[in-house]
Amino acid sequence: MYEQFKVRAEGVSADVHRFATKDAALNFIIQFLKDEGLAEAPQAHALWADCPFLDGLDRRALGEIAGLKFTVTQELAATARFGISQMQWALADTGTLVQDSSVIQQRLVSSLPTIHLALVPTGGILADMPTLLTRLHPKDSAYIAMITGPSRTADIERVLTIGVHGPERLIIVFCDELGGTN
Amino acid sequence: MSNEFKASIHKAVNNANLTGALGTFSEAYKVNRAKAYEGIDFEELRGRIAELKSYAASHLDRLSEQFARNAEARGATVFRTSDPAKVREYILKVAQENGVKSIVKSKSMATEEIHLNPYLEKAGIAVSETDLGEWIIQLAGQTPSHMVLPAIHMTREEVSDLFSKEVDERLTSDIPRLVKVARERLRPKFLQAEMGISGGNMAVAETGSIVLMTNEGNARLVTSLPKIHVALVGIEKLVANYADVATILKALPRSATAQLLTSYVSIISGPTPNPDGSLKDLHIILMDNRRSEMAADPRFKQALQCIRCASCLNVCPIFRLVGGHVFGKVYTGGIGTILTAWFDELKKTEDIQGLCIQCGNCKEVCPGKIDIPELIMEIRRRLVKDQGLPLLQKAIYSVVNNRHLFHGMLRAASLAGKPFTSGTFIRHLPMFLADLTDGRSLPAIASQPFRDRFKNIKQPKLKEKAAFYAGCLIDFAYPEMGEALVKILNKAGIEVIFPQDQTCCGAPARYSGAYETAAGNAVDNVKALLDEDVQYVVSACPTCTVALDHEFISTFESLGQTEWIPKARELAAKTVDFSTLVKQLVDQGRLSLKDGRKLGTITYHDSCHLKRTLKVSQQPRELLGKAGYEVTEMFECDTCCGMGGSYSMKLPEISGPILKRKLHNITETGAPIVAMDCPGCVMQIRGGLDQDGSAIKVRHTVELLAEQLED
Repeated sequence: MYEQFKVRAEGVSADVHRFATKDAALNFIIQFLKDEGLAEAPQAHALWADCPFLDGLDRRALGEIAGLKFTVTQELAATARFGISQMQWALADTGTLVQDSSVIQQRLVSSLPTIHLALVPTGGILADMPTLLTRLHPKDSAYIAMITGPSRTADIERVLTIGVHGPERLIIVFCDELGGTN
Repeated sequence: MSNEFKASIHKAVNNANLTGALGTFSEAYKVNRAKAYEGIDFEELRGRIAELKSYAASHLDRLSEQFARNAEARGATVFRTSDPAKVREYILKVAQENGVKSIVKSKSMATEEIHLNPYLEKAGIAVSETDLGEWIIQLAGQTPSHMVLPAIHMTREEVSDLFSKEVDERLTSDIPRLVKVARERLRPKFLQAEMGISGGNMAVAETGSIVLMTNEGNARLVTSLPKIHVALVGIEKLVANYADVATILKALPRSATAQLLTSYVSIISGPTPNPDGSLKDLHIILMDNRRSEMAADPRFKQALQCIRCASCLNVCPIFRLVGGHVFGKVYTGGIGTILTAWFDELKKTEDIQGLCIQCGNCKEVCPGKIDIPELIMEIRRRLVKDQGLPLLQKAIYSVVNNRHLFHGMLRAASLAGKPFTSGTFIRHLPMFLADLTDGRSLPAIASQPFRDRFKNIKQPKLKEKAAFYAGCLIDFAYPEMGEALVKILNKAGIEVIFPQDQTCCGAPARYSGAYETAAGNAVDNVKALLDEDVQYVVSACPTCTVALDHEFISTFESLGQTEWIPKARELAAKTVDFSTLVKQLVDQGRLSLKDGRKLGTITYHDSCHLKRTLKVSQQPRELLGKAGYEVTEMFECDTCCGMGGSYSMKLPEISGPILKRKLHNITETGAPIVAMDCPGCVMQIRGGLDQDGSAIKVRHTVELLAEQLED
């Protein structure tokens, strides 16, 4: 299902990567941020929303990387270049990521910054929407968010243009070690 | 037809930007939609959608109540009303009580329906649309021309002019740059607004959830950043179960924009925390505005199965010519005509209902399985019932309902037409009739109609008999088609009977909403055609075949003339179109076409009624292939030729360009002959090619096959 997901997600202009271990995924993310100009400045900093991936990691050490922050506010998110969050599920047949987004910080980092990095447990890949709806129910989540590729529009002359109100890039990072229950 | 309406059509069809943009889009949409549905059983899927939406439409009250109960249990405030004025007052009250000065909106047709923006702006509140298309038309002071693509009628240059004014800087027409300007300009509005207003693509009764879909990500911001969120939802968006969400999500993005899924889908079930830690003030308004009345109307209830994908607009040959604004200010296109009749008023559709040419394209693609053409006919019927027919039409139909008078006039027309006739065509008519021959020659009325010629045809006495229903065009304009049909059936061992009392099939009257006239025609024909003991009633005109096969029954049903329905059913059971019957005869070995002929290439035009109502498209192609023709397909082979019965006379400005496009597609194939099964299409296409001076021959399949019979 990973391969199907990758084809679908790339089909809607997302970047898809996969790593076996958390270490490898983390190294990729840090390197990516640096390559893309991470810095302690507006329009250059990164916000990382609280998530299981961070459990057991030394946040203080990570916090010493200039521009990488773990406090998420609307003001910081509005000027962030990068937002990082963990999504719980991925749908293979449409290339969609899914998250219980009841906590506002999860939405701030995935909607306001220019680039959204989404961590996903490889084991969270599901076949399709009907399967998802049996796993994630409104009684357990007041805000279910689904993301399929970056923000897009075709409202001017039907020309597809990426990046309107949401992120203009979506970087998906699968991590096998994150478990999951597909 | 009002002059204002005629002027809006004139303006639209002469707007090259508009017709260019819509034309390109409709072509791309068809291909992309098919790709998006690859591997999906569309009939099965839309069957499920129709069922779940129809269930919801039957239980609107119960589901509204259930939704309200569940949403309130989760902390939302639900307001139910049938009155648009109350909706506006409620939203203003919430805004004023909370000191709201600015509002951001994500796309909502329901707010367009109740003209919410001007109302709030008058009260001194700044309202900003955030969907790019909606923002563009807001800046332009216009209304949406398409439910999904509100600014599809505008060019990048026009958008660049608008944005330049807004940001006070001369911008180029580079689209990515324009999109960036919108992002930068609207971002502070999102961050500052105290209230966000959204619509709802679905409202789930079981869980009290609303579902929002966007590509731009604006609905996520509208529902997350401001402290107050108001969602305005028409009650037709209700679905009973949470699992229904997956069913509609499978079809809506595929049908709307040929996407597998929109970039963002949010399922909101009660308030969540705001960025400052406070809890969202969530108001959900369930608006009726005549939807319950619609649900109680047995004919129109199915319109509530609409999921607002606008695919009926995207495949409509009329919409792609005139765009949305000709239809009105809110809902546009086929479904828009129906929604306007209900949510606004029936009288508002007086002109726009006439835009439908009844080609049936929309019905094929509707994911809610709505018979849009049939509902537009019903609007026509009710308008005629309420207001009567225009005087001229009334005069015409009183003639059509009197066979002797009608046929007498057609014979007289054969003589009266003489001065304008050259060969088999009328090329120019004087004065106000000139429109009829603008871009298309008309066939000369035959000097001897088929009904007279028939008496001179020598037929063998055969046991098996078929009644031939000629229809007006074959009878009075193209009798040679009737002769060809007799020749073919005789060859297969069938004797042809021509009941002389047959008359007009009633389609012209019916398509004008004159159901009483159509019913009169139906009674006359049922009597005439069932009078003889025959195995088949065969017609070589698909429109007539559809009348005999379906519409007599539905006309009687509409008028409650139940006493005629059993007879109409009896006739329907015997009715068959020419190509289907001949294909059967060939397959049974009763009819042979000359073997091994090489007759060169030919292209085939699918007539609307044959392809989409009678579901016949392969039979004529296979027969032509068997006869020795090599069928080469034209682009959009099954797109309407623009004839549409009297449509080409009522709206020549629309019919003309549709014909032109068809002629272009025919010519592009390089085939020297174009075949079709409908004498109406022959009249339209032959007339168009004649005025173009084209050498391409236009033939009815019946004529081509009659030439290739085995001796």
